[in-house]
Amino acid sequence: METVVAQVFTGLSSASVLLLVAIGLTLTFGQMGVINMAHGEFLMAGSYTAFVTASILRGSALSLPVALVVGFLIGGLLGIALEATILRWMYDRPLDTLLVTFGVGLILQQLARDIFGAPAKEVSTPTWLSGTVPILGYGFPVTRLFIIALSALCVAGLFAMLRLTDLGRRIRATVANRDLAESLGISTRRTDRTTFFIGSGLAGVAGVALTLLGSTGPTVGTSYIVEAFLVVVVGGIGQLKGTILAALGIGIGRSFLESWTSGSMAQVLMLLAIVAFLQIRPQGIFTTTTRSLA
Amino acid sequence: MTHFITRRTLAAGAVLATALATSACGAKTDATSTGGTSAAGATSCVDTSGDSIKIGFLNSLSGTMAISETTVFKSLTMAANEINAAGGVLGKKLSIVSEDGASEPSVFAEKATKLIQKDCVAAVFGGWTSSSRKAMLPVFEGNNALLFYPVQYEGLEASKNIFYTGATTNQQIVPALEWLKNEKKITSIFLVGSDYVFPRTANAIIKQYAAANGIKVLGEEYQPLGSTNFGSVVDKVKTAGADAVFNTLNGDSNVAFFKEYKGKGLTADSMPVVSVSIAEEEVPGVGVDNLVGQYTAWNYYETIDTPVNKKFVADFKKANGPKAVTSDPMEAAYTSLYLWKGMVEKAKSFKVADVQAAAGGVSFDAPEGKVTVNGENHHIAKTALIGQIHDDGLIYTVWSSKGPIEPDPFLKGYPWWKGATG
Repeated sequence: METVVAQVFTGLSSASVLLLVAIGLTLTFGQMGVINMAHGEFLMAGSYTAFVTASILRGSALSLPVALVVGFLIGGLLGIALEATILRWMYDRPLDTLLVTFGVGLILQQLARDIFGAPAKEVSTPTWLSGTVPILGYGFPVTRLFIIALSALCVAGLFAMLRLTDLGRRIRATVANRDLAESLGISTRRTDRTTFFIGSGLAGVAGVALTLLGSTGPTVGTSYIVEAFLVVVVGGIGQLKGTILAALGIGIGRSFLESWTSGSMAQVLMLLAIVAFLQIRPQGIFTTTTRSLA
Repeated sequence: MTHFITRRTLAAGAVLATALATSACGAKTDATSTGGTSAAGATSCVDTSGDSIKIGFLNSLSGTMAISETTVFKSLTMAANEINAAGGVLGKKLSIVSEDGASEPSVFAEKATKLIQKDCVAAVFGGWTSSSRKAMLPVFEGNNALLFYPVQYEGLEASKNIFYTGATTNQQIVPALEWLKNEKKITSIFLVGSDYVFPRTANAIIKQYAAANGIKVLGEEYQPLGSTNFGSVVDKVKTAGADAVFNTLNGDSNVAFFKEYKGKGLTADSMPVVSVSIAEEEVPGVGVDNLVGQYTAWNYYETIDTPVNKKFVADFKKANGPKAVTSDPMEAAYTSLYLWKGMVEKAKSFKVADVQAAAGGVSFDAPEGKVTVNGENHHIAKTALIGQIHDDGLIYTVWSSKGPIEPDPFLKGYPWWKGATG
C-alpha cells in the first residue's frame, strides 16, 4: 500500500512538473502554432531569476513568491522581444521558426554562461518549504506539494483566462479563424503578442519552481523542453485539457514503470508507448474541430 | 496576415524539434567516434633544435564539459608557468599550443591529430570523459605520440601511449568499499548511477566485491545522464533501507538526487552516501546544505595539510581569484606535467620511445603526496582518501590508505574479480 501511495504521489509530482513546463507551450505552440525552441531558455531565465532574487533577499521567506512574479515578467518580456523582432515575420514558416528559435536558444545559453559562469548555481530551498508531511504513512516532501499546487493554480488560471475573459475570447477566436477574427475587429497582432507574453511568462514561472528540485545551469531548459513538446503533442495541439491528461498519463505511467524496471528502461518504454499512441492517434488525445480548411 | 500551417506541418515540425533538441543534448558524452587515425604518421616531427619545446593542452573550453575541463586547463597552465619560471625542461622553455575539445569525442580525436601532426608537440595533456579518451587512444597509438590523462576512470585499460594520472578503480572505488566494510561495518548497499560506461563498470566491480565480502546489494538504479527525475529512485532507496548508498551519478543529476534525498528525510547519519564524482568544484552547485556530512572518495582534497599542498592552493588562488577551489582532477593534471618533466629529464630526451623507457619509477612530490609512475601499465601509485563534506563546502579527509596504492587497472591482484565484464 505504502509503495503504491508513494508511486502515485511521485507520479503526480512528476506530472505536475511536466504540466508546469508544458503549459506555456500549450499557448505558444498549441494555440499559436509557433515552434519555439527557445522556450526552454525562457525557463532557464526563470531559474536564474530565482537565483538572483534569492541572493538579493538572502533567506527571506518572500524570495520565492517575489521570484515567481519577477520570473513570469522576465520570461514574458523575453517572449515579447523574440516575438516582436523575429517570430512575427515567420508565422507561416514553421520550420524556419524552429531553426531560428533553436539558434536564439543557443545564444541565450551562452549569454547565461557569460553572465553567471558555467558551473551550476544552487538556490537553497526556503525553510518554510523544507521537510516532509506524512500522509497515509508516506513522507511527502513539501517542495513537491508546492509544485503540485502551483501547477494546478497555473492551469486553473489559464483555463479561466481562456474561458471567461475578453482576452481569452480573442485568443480563441484568433486561433479558430484568424481572418474572420480580424474582420470582426480583433487586433490579431496584439492578441498574438499578449498570448506569447503569457506563454513565455509561464515558462519563467516553471523555471523558478524547478530550482526547488534541481540545479540552475545554462542548459537546464534543454533537459525539459523535449518532454514538454511530447506532452503537448500527445495531448493534442491546442488542447489545454489534453495537455493535462497527457502530463498525468506520462508522469504517473513513468513513475510506475520506474518502480517496476529501471530509470533508463522506463524512459525507453514511455517513449515507445508515446510513439505507438501517436501511430494510432496522430492528432493526440483531443482535437480541435474546425470548419476551416487549413 | 494569413496562416497556412496545417496540423501535419505542425506535427512534423514538432518531431523535428524533438529530434533537434535530443541530438543537441545527447551528443555530450556517449559518441564513440574514433576520429582520424593515421598509421603512417609514426615518424615524429617534434622540433628539439630551438630553445623552446612545444606541448599541447587539449581540454573542452566550450560545451557541457567546459565547467570541469576549464579548471584542468587552468592548473596545467599554472604548472607550465612554474616550470618555465624555473628554467624549463632540459633547458627549453615550454611553449603551449592549446586546443578546444568542445566536449565532443570526435573533436578530441581531430584536435589530437592536429596537435601531433601539424603542431608537432612533444606531448599532449588533457581529456576528461572516458569517451574522449577512447576516441583519442587510436590517434595516439597510430601516431606513436603521448597523452597524459588526468581523471579518475573505470580502469580496464592500459596503452603504452597514454599515462593515466588519475585513479583507477583499485585506488578509488575498491578502497571506498573496504572503508565502508571495515570502518562503517555495512552489511548492505544500494547503487545509484548515471547510465553510461563508468557507473556500469564501477557497479560491476562493486557487485563482485560485495558478493565476495558478504555485503548485500539491495538495489541498482540508473538514470540517463542529465536526468533530474529522481522521485522513484529515492523512493526505492528509502524503502530498501540499505546501510549506505554508493553514488556514481555525474553532473547535474547529483543536484536533483541530493535535493530529493534530503527532501524525503534521508541524511548522512541515517543512510550515508559515498560519491565518486563530487569534488570541491561541484559542491556549491549541488548545494552545501544538501551535502553536509556525506562522503566522497578521491586521492586529493584542498584541505590536505602539507606544505606542498598549501603552496599549491595558495598559488592557484593567487592566479585564479580567492574563490577558486582546487580539486582532484586539477591536481592530477598539475602533477601530470611535472611527471612528464621528470620522465624527459631522466631520459635526457623528448623522444617518445626514450620517455616511455624512462617512465617507470619517476616520482613527484605532488600536492596529494608522493606519486610514482608504474612503468608496466603507465598508471601512477596514489594514496586513496575518504573525505567528508563540511558546511564550508570543503572536503576533509576522514580515512586514508596506508601509503600509495600500486595501480592495478585490470584488478589482477583481486581474487574476487572475475573477468572484464563491464
